[in-house]
Amino acid sequence: MGGPEIERLIELLSRLPGLGPRSARRAALTLLRQPQTRLLPLADAMQRAGQSVRTCSRCGNLDSRDPCSICTDDHRDGSVICVVEGVGDLWALERAAVHRGLYHVLGGTLSALAGIGPEDLNLRPLLSRLEEGGVREVILALGATVDGATTAHWLADRLQPFGVTVSRVAQGVPMGGALDVLDDGTLAAALMARRAG
Amino acid sequence: MSASPPVLLRRLSLGGFRSYDGFAWSDPGRVSVITGPNGSGKTNLLEALSLLVPGRGLRGARLAELPRGGAGHWGVAARFSHGEDGFDLSTGTTAETAPGRRVFRLDGQPPRHRGAIAERLSAVWLTPQMDRLFTEGPGGRRRFLDRLVLAAEPGHATEVAAHDEAMRSRNRLLGQEQPDRAWLAALEASMARHAVAVTAARRGLVSRMNRRLQDDPGDADGFPPVRLRLECPIATRLDEHPAVAVEDWLRSILAESRAIDARAGSARHGAHRADLFLSDARSGQDAALASTGQQKAMLIGAVLAHASLLAELAGEAPMLLLDEPLVHLDAHHRLTLLRALAAMPSQVLLTGTDPEGFAPLAGVAAFFRARQGPDGLSTLEATGAAE
Repeated sequence: MGGPEIERLIELLSRLPGLGPRSARRAALTLLRQPQTRLLPLADAMQRAGQSVRTCSRCGNLDSRDPCSICTDDHRDGSVICVVEGVGDLWALERAAVHRGLYHVLGGTLSALAGIGPEDLNLRPLLSRLEEGGVREVILALGATVDGATTAHWLADRLQPFGVTVSRVAQGVPMGGALDVLDDGTLAAALMARRAG
Repeated sequence: MSASPPVLLRRLSLGGFRSYDGFAWSDPGRVSVITGPNGSGKTNLLEALSLLVPGRGLRGARLAELPRGGAGHWGVAARFSHGEDGFDLSTGTTAETAPGRRVFRLDGQPPRHRGAIAERLSAVWLTPQMDRLFTEGPGGRRRFLDRLVLAAEPGHATEVAAHDEAMRSRNRLLGQEQPDRAWLAALEASMARHAVAVTAARRGLVSRMNRRLQDDPGDADGFPPVRLRLECPIATRLDEHPAVAVEDWLRSILAESRAIDARAGSARHGAHRADLFLSDARSGQDAALASTGQQKAMLIGAVLAHASLLAELAGEAPMLLLDEPLVHLDAHHRLTLLRALAAMPSQVLLTGTDPEGFAPLAGVAAFFRARQGPDGLSTLEATGAAE
């Protein structure tokens, strides 16, 4: 069609979530038609992000700082930690602006069928934070899928020795629902109505 | 609840599906009778509609069997009216669909959650294969019951799927050498929670249907009044204990049976062990011991009672897909069935080899004839009324 560079660009774009081969071709065309205003700024932004964004060693968030800007924000309530499956869920909760505490990104949920076990989850840093003390409540904001509910149950069991209150988000999270596709109002209601785990 | 207007099929389009391609069918009427010789595509049409609700459709087919010629992509798209409103519902595969999956679109968008489709449309079907429902294993009877429950409770399929997923996960974990016990306990808690929800819904529907069948046994020359019986230890427990107590009980017996389940590779307890029995309420005769014709009459009696129960409860009855409903029925039962369908407030599609048997529906139903052309493609032609 237009040389290997374009093909490569389309192929890479088509691997992004939400983009198939057809939409990747459209995106590539838009970028290539306006190289100065679209393509090069995007390439530059990607390069910068690639060089500076790290996983926060405390909570698992993505940020150009480590510890991340949420972990180091003095205005946040360090006694409440909200455990989420992925960074996308953390972003969703931040967008809804309903949680003023800190986060912990688990990096997945237990899944016997997909072969994801306890050792594959980012659990150790969370346990260390609890050992340090100062944490009063852990909110388990995992999706209402079977794996999410199973992981919440398992995690509540693991956190029991630390003597913190463990609660789970409740209402409004539909069965099979992932947190990052919920609207902000629903998410807020779910977080308010959390119940003891 | 006040009667809501029925959900009616306005248009159906099929592409690359079984014997249909580039097929469009407009205004099939509230009751449609599709006749035609064997292999003309009658059942394919009903199957296409049955696939608009989650599940494997009325043939229980694997996805690989659905595309025309066994390869390529397929699509089923329908427009339904609901009083002044309406909705578009479609399903199928595209180049971007993961293998082994099909996608749904509700008004052009992916459904927001798993129960979203069931909230708009429910369907119940009877097929000639179900004539063996009472002589084969409990799986078919359970699926039949779940289809009836789903029409009343849109979240039911999600609960069943969640139960089965938790169970498969537990089976998988039990197959490991030293499974994490807290993880097993978490899966058993999930399984118990969903099993109790599934069973409560099944039990609720069975008892509501029995109550209705008892209050309104139909006229003496109608279908035999049937009695449903759910055989399931969880349901028996729910008769005497609150749901949370049953959940705790199920969790503890699951924990106790880990070793046995690990050896068997399957769970001894759970919602997947339930069975449904039908009997003649008057004679007490079990359906499994009845003649084929009696069995069919009992099944139809249950489906009609279910539809009228739902019409009463929710003001809405499920779409009925009856494949060859007249086979095995005597003249008397045929007439009763057709009269009941004529009075049903929902979309009904019927198939048969000849239109004659459906003559009592003249003036009520729209009649169509299915044909398969030399190119192997099925077409449908309106024939006016029963000839």
